Amino acid sequence: MANESEIRYLTPPTVEVKKEKYCRFKKNKIKYIDYKDPEFLKKFLNEQGKILPRRITGTSLKYQRKVAQAVKRARHLALLPYVTDMLK
Amino acid sequence: MRALKTVFLYNQISNFMLNQYETVFIATPVLSETQIKEAVKKIKRIITGGGGDIVHEENWGLRKLAYPIQKKSTGFYYLLEFRSEGELIDKLETEYRRDEKIIRFLTFRMDKYSIAYSEKKRKQKEIEKKEEELKNG
Repeated sequence: MANESEIRYLTPPTVEVKKEKYCRFKKNKIKYIDYKDPEFLKKFLNEQGKILPRRITGTSLKYQRKVAQAVKRARHLALLPYVTDMLK
Repeated sequence: MRALKTVFLYNQISNFMLNQYETVFIATPVLSETQIKEAVKKIKRIITGGGGDIVHEENWGLRKLAYPIQKKSTGFYYLLEFRSEGELIDKLETEYRRDEKIIRFLTFRMDKYSIAYSEKKRKQKEIEKKEEELKNG
């Protein structure tokens, strides 16, 4: 009988280190999100051009609303696409 | 005297109540440069004629659109910042809609953060300009 310490795993169990999420706007004290900067706004979109949820980006609710507004303004002015594939 | 004072106060308050707006429009790329200048002038005349006060303007030039608008893949962008009464916006937007040269527009009221942001941006640009002049001169 093998000791418990001798148990080998086929794939070594990875110990997940939970990274604390934070709101980058609160941290950097950004008060206004500019819709004229599509490169910055792309950080909050997936590759289809959809807005990423808060649970992934970690943005606080207050700034998520502002991000959404900025993205929608940028889309209206054709700075960002409404629908695409492979945005990044 | 008292009436004058109240009028003065009223003016000050209404001045204080004026909103700052930002408007961006996209003109068709088929226009010549003089035609674009004319279109911009026309829009500016509408704003100033309606009691608006242009704070800032910016020409972004010809840019590629992220998706085609009216079968066009490029457009001339122009940005204006102005202070005015809210009633002017309706007039401005009807003019935008009437004008066939303008394919897209966006107008919105700026809050205190966006005003501060655009002022900061402008100041930074000025500093950069001065530095460049110093380098060149």
